[in-house]
Amino acid sequence: MAVVAFADPGGGMPATARETHAALRGVTRVYGRLAALGPLDLDLAKGEFFSVVGPSGCGKSTLLDVLSGLGRPNAGTVTFEGAPVDGVPDGVGIVFQEDASFPWLSVRDNVAFGLRRAGMDGAEIARRVDYALGFMGLSDFAGAYPAQLSGGMRQRVCIARTLVTQPRLILLDEPFGALDQQTRLLMGDELLRLWRETGATVLLITHALDEAAMLSDRIGVMSSRPGRFIEIVETGWPRERDSRIVADERFGQITARLWSHLREESLKAIGKSSSRKTSVP
Amino acid sequence: MSGPATLPAPEARQSWLIDGVVTAVIAIGAWQALHAYAGEAAIASPLKALRHLSGLVATAGFWSHATATLTAFAGALAISAALGIGLGLVLGLRRFAGEVAEPILSGLYAIPKVTLYPVILLIFGLGLGAKVAFGVIHGVIPITLFTLTAVKGINPVLIRTARAMRLSQADTIRTVLAPAVLPEIVTGLRVGFSLTLLGVLVGEMFASQRGLGFLIVNGISLHNVKQTTAVILMLVVVAVAANGVLLWLDRRFIHRP
Repeated sequence: MAVVAFADPGGGMPATARETHAALRGVTRVYGRLAALGPLDLDLAKGEFFSVVGPSGCGKSTLLDVLSGLGRPNAGTVTFEGAPVDGVPDGVGIVFQEDASFPWLSVRDNVAFGLRRAGMDGAEIARRVDYALGFMGLSDFAGAYPAQLSGGMRQRVCIARTLVTQPRLILLDEPFGALDQQTRLLMGDELLRLWRETGATVLLITHALDEAAMLSDRIGVMSSRPGRFIEIVETGWPRERDSRIVADERFGQITARLWSHLREESLKAIGKSSSRKTSVP
Repeated sequence: MSGPATLPAPEARQSWLIDGVVTAVIAIGAWQALHAYAGEAAIASPLKALRHLSGLVATAGFWSHATATLTAFAGALAISAALGIGLGLVLGLRRFAGEVAEPILSGLYAIPKVTLYPVILLIFGLGLGAKVAFGVIHGVIPITLFTLTAVKGINPVLIRTARAMRLSQADTIRTVLAPAVLPEIVTGLRVGFSLTLLGVLVGEMFASQRGLGFLIVNGISLHNVKQTTAVILMLVVVAVAANGVLLWLDRRFIHRP
């Protein structure tokens, strides 16, 4: 597997030099006779923003399942903060692709849900929920119900609901997949802000190459099924960054690099093969 | 509650009122026309029915009939709801049992249940038992089907969310599954409400000496058309009002996705 590093004038620390936060070792997942994932290795460094891109059906969501403890691998080991993962560990927050807000609860009650179930003190809940609502721009809609909100706002409710539990590892499964392009870019900015302020490790599954190129410290490019990493791209972006880096020439280079791999893999995934190899810029 | 989107728009309220008034005017107009066509011997005019009803509700005998119907209906609805929700939950959660039971229930739902009435009578005899049983066989199937569909159709991401939040199984059922299926169950109860009332009334018509259903048939055999029409009027008003209240509760407390 190749590791490609782009020029790094911003001074970001190479992820390999950092403490490992979560790790997959030789992980495979099989559904019946269908090999969905792996064998696959991954080291997530503490505090990094890691994105996973890959052709559709390559096992990206399976990877998240296994890493989060929602699903178990058929072989290999998964560890989080040094301990083996069995069920979702404390300190891991998950945001799904589908709208997972509870329609019967107001925005405020949605966000407070996890904390109340955990039996936290009411004043502390109110403090955290107010902060999360403010952070996600939902303060004016605290009393509204999900049915009254747009898709982007509902997804923000789900992110806020995860945020209040102060996860140290945040897993996001194509959280902006259903949103329009402008909303997606702005949500990306909010995600970056959240990542910087919380210091959490973030793993983002996405099908959008530009999203991965703009948000990540490192991007894992997956092969078609069974999914493995064929390349890890290090972007070298500074920690202080936002969607305006799409104007940076490196953004185009990174996106092109991702596509050069994915074009071939995507063709395989839809059952075609390209005879003409694409050249890497 | 705060937020700009929590109050219904004023025009929504107005259109409700207009719809209601228009429907009532059409219904009364059609009734008057039917009266003019069929004559005094078949159906009383709206005004006469109303006048007769106001006299009827002043008599103690009427209320003993109304109480008989209400008792049977309340019992039948309670049994239908408990049985229907319980059965629906079990069949919805046990996929195989649900797949076997659903077509059977749909088939039973389609049977004209009046044909079963003689059998019910033989089993339960004349009186309260048969009325309740007849109400239940009308009400229990739709409530079961609505509950079953609700449980089977629950959005899987909500269950995944519960797991992601490390909820216990009991907590998942209580705080996620139950509220998620509630809207469909409420709809099932509303449908079950009307059908259970229908079953009880039909039961009273054929083999009972008590109840509003009996009063309707009794009015016909005694050529007391005013009594029949007045009781029907009362039942329609009560049923429409009850349905309106259930709908209002639904809209007020259930936030549909």
